Amino acid sequence: MSEFIYLTFDGLSRGLVYAAFALALVLIWRAARIVNFAQGAMAVAAVYVAYSVTNATGSYWLGFVVALLAGLVLGVTVERVVMRFVDHSSPLNGVVVALGLVLIIQGTLGIIYGNEYLPVETPFSRDAFEVGGVAMLSRYDLFVIAAVGTVVVLLTLLFTRTAVGLRMRAAAFAPDVSRLLGVSVGGMLTLGWALAAGVGSLAGMLVVPTELGVHPTAMDVVFISAFAAAVVGGLDSPIGAVVGGLVVGLLLSYVSGYIDVTVAPMAVLALLVVVLLGRPGGLFSSSKARVA
Amino acid sequence: MTAIEARPATSTKTMPGAPRRRRVHPAIVIVVGAVLVVALTYVLPPFRNYQLATVGAYFCVTAGLTVLTGLNGQLSLGHGALMATGAYTLALSQNKWENLPLSFALAVLVTTAVGAVIGLAAARLRGPYLAGLTLAVAIVVPSVTSTFDETFNSDQGLSVMLNPPPEQYPMEQWQAWLCWAAALIVVLLLALLVRGRFGRDLRAVRDDETAAKLAGINIARTQVLAFVVSAACAGVAGALFAYLAQSVSPGAFPLTLSLFLLMAIVIGGLGSLFGALWGALLLVVLPTLSQSVGEHAGSQRLEGNLALIVFGVVLVVVMLAAPGGLASIPSRISRLIRRNR
Amino acid sequence: MKRIATAALSVVLLATAGCTNDGGGSNNSGGSTNVPGVTGTEIVVGTHMPLTGPAAGGYSKIAPATKAYFDYVNANGGVHGRKITYKIKDDGYNPANTQTVVRELVLQDKVFAILNGLGTPTHTGVLDFLKTNRVPDLFVASGSRSWNQPDKYPGTFGFNPDYTVEGKILGTYIKENLAGKKTCFLGQDDDFGRDSLAGVEKVLGAVAAKESYVTSNPNVGPQMGALKAAGCEVVVLATVPGFTALSIGTAAKIAFKPQFVVSNVGADPTTVGKALGAGAPLLEGVVATNYLPLNTDEANPWIQLFKKINAEHNGNAEFDNNIVYGMSVGYLFVQALQAAGKDVNRDKLLEAVTKNGFQGPGLVPLRFSATDHSGYAGAQLTKVEGGKAVFFGTPYTTDDADGPVAPHQGQPAAPPPNGVPAA
Repeated sequence: MSEFIYLTFDGLSRGLVYAAFALALVLIWRAARIVNFAQGAMAVAAVYVAYSVTNATGSYWLGFVVALLAGLVLGVTVERVVMRFVDHSSPLNGVVVALGLVLIIQGTLGIIYGNEYLPVETPFSRDAFEVGGVAMLSRYDLFVIAAVGTVVVLLTLLFTRTAVGLRMRAAAFAPDVSRLLGVSVGGMLTLGWALAAGVGSLAGMLVVPTELGVHPTAMDVVFISAFAAAVVGGLDSPIGAVVGGLVVGLLLSYVSGYIDVTVAPMAVLALLVVVLLGRPGGLFSSSKARVA
Repeated sequence: MTAIEARPATSTKTMPGAPRRRRVHPAIVIVVGAVLVVALTYVLPPFRNYQLATVGAYFCVTAGLTVLTGLNGQLSLGHGALMATGAYTLALSQNKWENLPLSFALAVLVTTAVGAVIGLAAARLRGPYLAGLTLAVAIVVPSVTSTFDETFNSDQGLSVMLNPPPEQYPMEQWQAWLCWAAALIVVLLLALLVRGRFGRDLRAVRDDETAAKLAGINIARTQVLAFVVSAACAGVAGALFAYLAQSVSPGAFPLTLSLFLLMAIVIGGLGSLFGALWGALLLVVLPTLSQSVGEHAGSQRLEGNLALIVFGVVLVVVMLAAPGGLASIPSRISRLIRRNR
Repeated sequence: MKRIATAALSVVLLATAGCTNDGGGSNNSGGSTNVPGVTGTEIVVGTHMPLTGPAAGGYSKIAPATKAYFDYVNANGGVHGRKITYKIKDDGYNPANTQTVVRELVLQDKVFAILNGLGTPTHTGVLDFLKTNRVPDLFVASGSRSWNQPDKYPGTFGFNPDYTVEGKILGTYIKENLAGKKTCFLGQDDDFGRDSLAGVEKVLGAVAAKESYVTSNPNVGPQMGALKAAGCEVVVLATVPGFTALSIGTAAKIAFKPQFVVSNVGADPTTVGKALGAGAPLLEGVVATNYLPLNTDEANPWIQLFKKINAEHNGNAEFDNNIVYGMSVGYLFVQALQAAGKDVNRDKLLEAVTKNGFQGPGLVPLRFSATDHSGYAGAQLTKVEGGKAVFFGTPYTTDDADGPVAPHQGQPAAPPPNGVPAA
């Protein structure tokens, strides 16, 4: 029983990070109809920025804030400098450009920082509270929950309660009509990328300290899990991203703990097959999938 | 105005099988190709012959992927896993029976069967959802080899028993011949296949499913068939890789392989078998080139990383400057010349 | 017609690509010998290493250190008047890349030998190719038993003690010092983990619980949770450095404090401590093994020599055990070249290695003989004290079968005054 509780908490805290990262993917998908394969590399770049700032100033929080800002800036840059000029007549072009960006970002980081894992500090203790000898959550896990929760609430408010959010949704769903109505579709696109990259950076900041440390490829595995989460939840649905993230996190934890860690990728594949065969547009797909 | 008029013209031109006035029969192209390759193998030094062989092996899978993604519009991030299937089948069969033709046949057969299973699931999915499913397939390879390690020997993989080539031919030359024989047969079959009704169906389904359905095309069947054909090609390529390396291991078929295959065909030029050739060439030449750039830069830290950057920049620049891929560049240039005249 | 033209164009392109680099192969012409990679003034040797990618951490420092040692030897007159050129190729720990870069080294750059190729899955794939081309394949950087197959691969020799040998030594330590404690095991899911476990169990019998990890999944939370739940008091880790840190850190997080006993490959306190960051004090008391001098042992003449070379020829890189390892490999290779004589060729080199008798930085002898191609014969135990590993007890030697774990007598050799082994 104690192992079950431990595995559940372990899965939830990782699942939340996947959720945040999946959310970033959903944001860009909704805004630009691109699956941003460069999300992981962009997040790692932000974590490296935090690493430098924290090492220079000794302040975790300064590094944290700068990393999120760096994420926003990187998102804007990628959209304005590269993605805007991609010929979107084939959806593949965007994917390939994103993959190219991954190589450029990872190579640049490798040259600047080297291909070593560099340790990243956490702002709170990672020692778990014990209740009756069972390890539950650590302070850091609580921080992860609070951070991801805040982001989800803020994004929900943004999209449902504010004019900017409404414009962003309009620009994504009906760009031509929106343009006629005076919405700056390009501006909304840039904003979408900035937000997504910011959320991605947050996810990076949260997960990297719990793994091997920061490395140019540190987010590759997280990206795969988060992409699976976004697909399970449905790429159009922010709620789906959160639920998908938690499901994938728990699944990975239970399978690794009870069966074997080597089986985990097969479990993810099985989950995708089961969910997608039932609902080809993910669990929370709003519109009915096109009939084949 | 010129640009607007020119666009549709290019897009039809890059498609094989699109109506043209003078069409060279694929068999002629293949024969010319075979002659060129054989001539090359006598000119090139051994390592270049090995690279040539690798290009041939890649050509099989990029050609198959071109049919699936370029002509049928289905995105697969899992072709690396299909190649692994072919490679492991060849290794297991070879170590048991030591009969190369039989092993190749089995490799293609097993990969085709696996491709059919994935294809059945894939036919229900679109765009990123298909990408997600095939991505999960791509990362399952090391998991399968570790879980069933008695058969697949985990991360370490299997070595492949092979008889040496006839004595009068150097190993690398022999490898180049075998790989290119396979590649040219695969490409000839694909070219013949997409010229006919099947090719029309593929494109119709890609362009407009509803219209295709109205025209009486069975969409699910066409999509599954496209997957099966493309999987068979990946199986050939995987078997060739196992043959070339005399070994198979999951590390040789990572997710990045699947992604690179996709990048290669998009850069080469989606939807044209010549684009697939360009793509295969790139997969071999670009890493070598960028590595030597890195080596000349001297610094230890630069070496591998500079190669990554060069590769990435080439990808981005080609996609921005020539979204039709390398195969579209000749027609772009000729269009430019015509316009300036 | 245009298609044929395109095909012709691509063929021409490939041919030109083929010609651009051919200069590398023409080194032979100037020399008096017909041995690949050897001229009157130069010996070209190659290696494959992960310089990029997730596996590069720590290991990417080895080959530059070896190269630095060669540069030092070259600056002191070289070996029999020849300078050693060391070609380092990045394979990113991907076996498919290893195939390509090793062929490039052998067929294009015409190297004399492959030295210290790193990694079990990567190097396994090129054994047959190197054998077919009769290229000496010396001092492979991994403790797999695959290198020790003299009948099948006569040109391949190991360097590290194999993982089973090490496992038996770790097991003996546990048996003698931690008797009666519940011993468990966490290992990498490949030969490393399996051979290590086999060694430990040869001495201790079956362990109480065993878990594994894969390098592609950097979360060992579930595994450490299971080991804690099983009530383990001693945990043997057959892990690479990043995962040693991850395991020890994760255990601390769930208040699981067993005695950790770690395989040499993943025990370098500098690398692991760096990965642990603020958690570095958790390493206190961790037991491991080593068979080369420790980087922190300033009094050791080998370390003094290597530090000097590191400052002069390696850009004063941070001096950790990876550098000691890389330079020790370089030293051993120069010894082998010296022993092979002035008219060196591949057969003579292999003969010299087989003849063995090398005295170098190693604490235990190398096992090389006509019937044994594995590397160092054993190791000595270390314990982390005050952030540094220190040796205790005596070195042990044993074999990978059922031979006893015996203390090794005999003093380690001192380095020659000029730092270059004599002919």
